[in-house]
Amino acid sequence: MIWQQLQILAGSYPLALRGLGMTVVLSLISLVLGTLIGFGLGILRTGGNRLISGAIGAWVDLIRGTPFLVQIFLIFFILPELGIELDAFTAGIIALTNLAACFICEIVVAGIRSVPTGQVEAALASGLSRWQRMRQVVLPQAMRIVLPPLVGQYVLLIKDSSVVSAIGLTDLTRVGWLVVQRVPNGLLVFFLVGLGYFIVCYPLIMLARRLEQRIGAAHGEVQL
Amino acid sequence: MLENFSFRTIVEYLPLFGQGLVTTVWLSVLAFAGALAIGIVLAAMNLQRGRLFRMPAKAYIDAVRATPLLAQLYFLYFGLPRLGIILPELVVGILALSLNSGAYVAEIIRAGILSIPRGQVEAGVASGMTYIQRMRLVILPQAFKVTIPPLLGQAIVLVKDSALLSLIAVAELTRAGQLLASDRFMPAEGFITIAAFYLLLYYGLKGLAALSGRWLGLAGART
Repeated sequence: MIWQQLQILAGSYPLALRGLGMTVVLSLISLVLGTLIGFGLGILRTGGNRLISGAIGAWVDLIRGTPFLVQIFLIFFILPELGIELDAFTAGIIALTNLAACFICEIVVAGIRSVPTGQVEAALASGLSRWQRMRQVVLPQAMRIVLPPLVGQYVLLIKDSSVVSAIGLTDLTRVGWLVVQRVPNGLLVFFLVGLGYFIVCYPLIMLARRLEQRIGAAHGEVQL
Repeated sequence: MLENFSFRTIVEYLPLFGQGLVTTVWLSVLAFAGALAIGIVLAAMNLQRGRLFRMPAKAYIDAVRATPLLAQLYFLYFGLPRLGIILPELVVGILALSLNSGAYVAEIIRAGILSIPRGQVEAGVASGMTYIQRMRLVILPQAFKVTIPPLLGQAIVLVKDSALLSLIAVAELTRAGQLLASDRFMPAEGFITIAAFYLLLYYGLKGLAALSGRWLGLAGART
């Protein structure tokens, strides 16, 4: 019986591939942008300027304190009222990038703060410029701490991309929702949807664990 | 067009937001209680030596952590009727949140128990305590202490995740905002108001987490 239903479902494979493609594209674009912006924000936040640091902190708290679904609705429905036209795809990318950047900022700040002050002082004494200190002394050491939670954050990002289906983007979750209207077997359809995410996310979770074990794991756990 | 931002409409809809907020709070409390129960059982299974209990617990935790909550929610919402189980949306939502959060709670509890130094257990053994006594008198009281702040963090995540229940038409806080947005075509009023309410919950729980950390004297404690 399951075999028959699988055969019926097989007809939806182009849709499923499109959904998986959308999930991967959404995640990849916001992953790259979010990492770049997140590192920038993290470096700025530890830069010593109180005003900038405070502003970034307030924004990060605002994003961490509200549900992602609400952020998507805010971006998708309110930006157009401010005269900025945008489609669901752009709104999704903006929302996901912003979310990733805020969480990655926190990870980077923790990483930078974990570098002993003696290292910075030594760099200062050797006459390195501010940028050189950051690039050659602080960041390479901070990366050890940053990497495991960063990979964990990527898993969260891929999972959060499913929420973007709420504004009508045909990602993997939305495909499940569409297919289940035609083939009303929620167990099977969403098992397959889950499998799709699992195949993408599980290797990353394993990677995060491996990385964490390698740095000695003494620095706190990854929240996946 | 935000110059037309209508506080009057927000005030008019306050009772609806209030109801939504109350629903969000009590469904989160119930779901978190469920998550604690599931988490304790999973953690206990995961800490056993035998594979018989450990493997299913690990598989469950990994499956939950590698798939989105929304897909899990839809799995239950569209899947349970298939098994002949017809439940109200609200119950399906609470169930999904509990099952999801339980996996994370299990990891927090396990980490808490594993954080107790081996010497403590050995001291317990040396004083002639039984396994149950060691657990009850030595390990759990200490583990309890270190798990409180991360558990409150998980509670924050759960409250925010509960917004997804609006997608299966549970009348919680986000749903109230959606109703205002669609009835009056006022998305700004609807969504900014609920964002403010969620921030209230967030800062409340975050304050509680900070307070509990200080109260339990965790600031300089061994981690």
